[in-house]
Amino acid sequence: MTTTPDTATGTARATEYPLRRKKLRHSQGFLAFWLLAPALLAVFGVIIYPTLRTLLISFFQVDSALATSTPFVGLRNYVDVLTAHGFWSAAGRTLYFTVVSTSFELVLGLVVAGLLNARFRGRWLFRTIVVIPWALPTIVNAAMWKGIFNAQYGSLNALLTQLHLIRDYHEWLGDPNTALNMVILADVWKMTPLVAFFLLAGLTSIPTELYEAARIDRASWPQVFRSIVLPMLVPSISIVLVLRTIDAFKVFDIIYAMTRGGPVNSTQTIAFYAYTTAFSDQQFGLGSALSYVIVLAILGLTTIYLRLLRRSEMSLL
Amino acid sequence: MKTRRRRYTVLVYTGVTVVSAVILAPFLWMVLASVTPQRILIARPLRWIPDQLDWSRYEQIFRGGARSVGETFRAAMVNSLVVASVTVALAMVVGTLGAYAFARLRFRFRGGVLMLFLASYMLPQIALLIPLYLILSSVGLLDNRLGLILVDLALVVPFVLWILSNYFLTIPEELEDAARVDGTTRLGALWRIVLPSARPGLFAAIMFAFLLAWDEFMYALIFTSTNASKTLPVAISEFSGRYTTDFGLVAAGGFLAALPALVVAIAFQRYVVSGLSTGAVKG
Repeated sequence: MTTTPDTATGTARATEYPLRRKKLRHSQGFLAFWLLAPALLAVFGVIIYPTLRTLLISFFQVDSALATSTPFVGLRNYVDVLTAHGFWSAAGRTLYFTVVSTSFELVLGLVVAGLLNARFRGRWLFRTIVVIPWALPTIVNAAMWKGIFNAQYGSLNALLTQLHLIRDYHEWLGDPNTALNMVILADVWKMTPLVAFFLLAGLTSIPTELYEAARIDRASWPQVFRSIVLPMLVPSISIVLVLRTIDAFKVFDIIYAMTRGGPVNSTQTIAFYAYTTAFSDQQFGLGSALSYVIVLAILGLTTIYLRLLRRSEMSLL
Repeated sequence: MKTRRRRYTVLVYTGVTVVSAVILAPFLWMVLASVTPQRILIARPLRWIPDQLDWSRYEQIFRGGARSVGETFRAAMVNSLVVASVTVALAMVVGTLGAYAFARLRFRFRGGVLMLFLASYMLPQIALLIPLYLILSSVGLLDNRLGLILVDLALVVPFVLWILSNYFLTIPEELEDAARVDGTTRLGALWRIVLPSARPGLFAAIMFAFLLAWDEFMYALIFTSTNASKTLPVAISEFSGRYTTDFGLVAAGGFLAALPALVVAIAFQRYVVSGLSTGAVKG
């Protein structure tokens, strides 16, 4: 915010120089500041103070909303977080959720993108159908799948017994061995269309000349896919990877609505673990440290991804 | 050559049929369940097509009196509509101005500022929850639509900025230069030249922003508590926690809650790809 007077005087001073270029740059900076000010205010006005405040809390022992004594404990909360058994099992589940859901979404998304890109009659109808899961609110999606997986009346049980694949109704979400996979299934169903649209955007930007050249060379489909489609899709795939990984690390709503982390913590991912630590157990100091560990993990992963991404030259930066 | 094409066609149609079935089956079952009488819904073996339709859940939702499920749902629908549309409108105005700066102007820290906006997406909401709660409560914006709009805006604006600045980059700068030679200001050029040709990008941004705001759950869960500001995701999650045995009611509520998002998504669906094809490459 303090850059306003700086920029303003900078502009005034710059007018005295005959260098038009410099003046232009300064006046552009001035205009850019005012164009960006509302967005900066809307985003960082809301998040900067809480971000710093949470960082501060993470160094203190705060174990109740009404705590009167909150001693400074330095990095103890972080040590406690990193040595807690619950943390590492939640981290393991988060990793499993991230890897499994992202790979399914990527592979299935590629298939759906290919179909969306194909020319056939009724394509508009297909596009409309594919948009449905994406538009369905996460909580509605969770409630829907909770009904499908229900042990008493769920349609999955009905379908599988009527096909004679299972004999008795199974508690899909009540069984620690299947619950997380069922949540992943619900997440993949909802998010694959978004991934597909991202990849479709990449597919449509591939020049048709490349396909024609491949046809003249009588290249087979797997060859075309490997040497044209996949390399051209690298930027889109990296973007999808970054976004979906961040989302998976932050995943909360679908878990909350489907299983509340249960049964026996088998669906408790790291963001949900932080939520229970901070709100159910009222361990605000610990919860704050935990959320910073999540931030650092996401930051680390994103840096790696972005380094890979920067190799593609079409980046905006 | 001909057999190859035929094989391709068969492959495409098979794929399209399978994917459509996988997408539609769960959704249609939910819609059907919302009008299936309870006795058929819980029967074993399940009869997929009910012999009679039961509209009582919709009646409950639309006509239910004070303190009923219906009242909560209708209040939540109004709250969601207000919060999402105001958030989208504000995010579009703020985002358009900012995106123009990123796409057209050269200034110090441009890359850094853009990076900051994108990095804000990495912050999990959980990291902001406690301090935000204290702030909102101290300024009296807890359980308040305006409070929710303000925090949602911080989530939506970076997305709009990203989609729009990428889209603006694809619009030839020469169009604008011509207008500016004629004496139009930068803002005039943005309004008269850039925006009209950025329509697909704008629609894509509106769709993304709306789905994001409509879907937001964690802030609404913690910052709202009564019908005054509770949004649909919170209301539906309460329903599905409370009425586990009455899936028909949850399904009816869920379908109605999804309807506005479905309408927006289907209406703007054809702009998504053109909006993203440029947005797919960011930094």
